[in-house]
Amino acid sequence: MTDVLVLVDHDHGEPRKVSRQLLSAAREVCGGPVHAVVLGAGARDSAERLGAHGVTTVYTWDAEEADRYVTETRTAALCAAIERSGARVVLFPADPFLTDVAARAAVRLGAGIITDAVGLERDGDAVVATKAIFGGEMTSRCTVRGERPELVGVKANAFDASESGGAAPELVELDVPLPGQAARAEVVEVVEEAGGERPEMTEATIIVAGGRGLGEADGFGLVERLADSLGGAVGASRAATDAGWYPHQHQIGQTGKTVAPQLYVGLGISGAIQHRAGMQTSQTIVVVNKDAEAPIFSIADFGVVGDLHAVVPQLVAEIDKRRA
Amino acid sequence: MRIICPVKRVPDTAAAKVLRPEDHTLDRDAGEAVLNANDEWAIEEAMRVKERDGAEVVALCVGPQQAQTTVRKALSYGLDAAIQVTDPALHGSDAAAVARVLAGALAAEDFDLVLMGNQSSDARTMLVPAMLAEFLDLPALTYAKRLDIDGRTLTVHRESSGGHVVVRADMPAVVSVVEAINEPRYPSFKGIMAAKRKPLDTRDLAAVGVGADEVGLAHSWTRVVDVSPRPTRQAGETVTDDGSGTVGAVALADFLSARKFI
Ligand SMILES: Cc1cc2nc3c(=O)[nH]c(=O)nc-3n(C[C@H](O)[C@H](O)[C@H](O)COP(=O)(O)OP(=O)(O)OC[C@H]3O[C@@H](n4cnc5c(N)ncnc54)[C@H](O)[C@@H]3O)c2cc1C
Ligand SMILES: Nc1ncnc2c1ncn2[C@@H]1O[C@H](COP(=O)(O)O)[C@@H](O)[C@H]1O
Repeated sequence: MTDVLVLVDHDHGEPRKVSRQLLSAAREVCGGPVHAVVLGAGARDSAERLGAHGVTTVYTWDAEEADRYVTETRTAALCAAIERSGARVVLFPADPFLTDVAARAAVRLGAGIITDAVGLERDGDAVVATKAIFGGEMTSRCTVRGERPELVGVKANAFDASESGGAAPELVELDVPLPGQAARAEVVEVVEEAGGERPEMTEATIIVAGGRGLGEADGFGLVERLADSLGGAVGASRAATDAGWYPHQHQIGQTGKTVAPQLYVGLGISGAIQHRAGMQTSQTIVVVNKDAEAPIFSIADFGVVGDLHAVVPQLVAEIDKRRA
Repeated sequence: MRIICPVKRVPDTAAAKVLRPEDHTLDRDAGEAVLNANDEWAIEEAMRVKERDGAEVVALCVGPQQAQTTVRKALSYGLDAAIQVTDPALHGSDAAAVARVLAGALAAEDFDLVLMGNQSSDARTMLVPAMLAEFLDLPALTYAKRLDIDGRTLTVHRESSGGHVVVRADMPAVVSVVEAINEPRYPSFKGIMAAKRKPLDTRDLAAVGVGADEVGLAHSWTRVVDVSPRPTRQAGETVTDDGSGTVGAVALADFLSARKFI
């Protein structure tokens, strides 16, 4: 049994799905008291809901400063929560913003940090984290050395979210020492692009990705239609993002994002090694490609050799028909 | 202005990876090695600042002796000089240990800006930029898809899942970049020839003020328990469409229904 602290990410006070998954993981794996830390505007609203997830103590910092700076003020708050809770293991969602926060906290506390974990096992007071390395070619199990705190970034959907029920947690307001002004990076503006209604690629259980085979930027309309009918996110190959057909934040692969959804659908993507490095640990892979020799078929659970412009619209219609 | 570009030598993605069974570290002599792709965007961005505003640009690499070829490659893009930190004690260092060594080397340098890639293709921890900034007590503007410099003020468009966040800080600062920031140039023949004669300063750990007991396999804060190859994926069923789209669509829908995705 070990004390664990979960960094709970929230959307205006509503704990995000990944946070609920991490709280389940904390209960199941660590078996000890689960503490949580919630930061930024709305933190207190969020904190009050965490009793249902078995949290005993919530550290909050419901301050505007947390949101005004991109990383450094949250780092100070996370460090304060780790020290106050005495937790040995800290779980955080493996998202780029929070990974920066945890990275700085690890240096400040002399803690070990492991990112992108997809599995956790308890080992004495610490945990052993499982993660894919070398673009999914290998799996590694890592932990911390010695008695230091352990920060583990956990990927979305690695665990199921379940509620456990429990008493209202004790709320502790953090008193956060702010870092010097010179060391802070300030948020000036948050810009949301179109398509914000779809799930995020790194959190989606289904991703429909498009490549050069779409032929033109408008081809992504087809990818979006299939994604919407499956309730999935939209991904892209580098050929497609390079051509300006879709924004780079949707790129999957070596120089883009690593994803491992339950279902990956590849449309007009050849499956170059740099693309596979970002998706080959997906649970189920299906593809449509007109070239039977395309390397993507060698890792696909199901493949259609055919023209995506003919197959995909009919697939969308077929899905609608079966659901009706 | 003086810009430092940390650059990493990584195995080529297509190269076979061989791990040393005794300590799970990568055998870095086993396959083809290259300059980490994301670092090329950082170098390009530094070169653009140099060409626009004037700057001295210096590459900084932590790695084995053989990484010298990576450093020369970085120089071939037109950088002015390079520093390589190499020491047998570095073997098996984790992200924090590497960041500590980079910070040690930077502590002795004058610099305004550290420009680096947001991820290395092998370790891919995405930790080093933020950790380096923390060791140096500097702001970090990471995942930049656009960088503007106005006097001493840096403004970055930080890529986010929904679009971007505009983030600002004053120099000195650490900036990490994503692929979308620019289109890197190819080294010119002249650049490649000149790279051979550019100053390359090689330092050991003591020279950058880091103890052998702070880095390497035995002293890193994290530890690899074991590594195993992922079971290779088997190609599944394929269906060839007849050109109408119907055959493919129905077969795919059947598969998705059977797997409960529909
Ligand atoms: C350092 C480096 C980093 C890289 N990083 C990444 C990365 O992060 N992500 C990434 O994706 N790539 C990356 N790449 C690029 C990678 O090597 C490939 O060039 C890229 O993945 C190809 O994209 P694609 O499959 O869309 O295009 P292509 O390889 O051109 O494939 C298009 C496919 O579409 C099929 N097709 C064409 N028309 C149709 C049709 N009408 N119907 C059905 N199928 C059709 C073709 O048969 C073909 O197989 C990187 C490369 C390098 C060197
Ligand atoms: N050994 C190294 N020497 C110099 N720079 C490095 C080294 N390792 C990582 N970096 C830098 O840190 C960035 C992010 O790498 P990583 O955190 O390993 O994903 C890279 O793009 C490099 O700019």
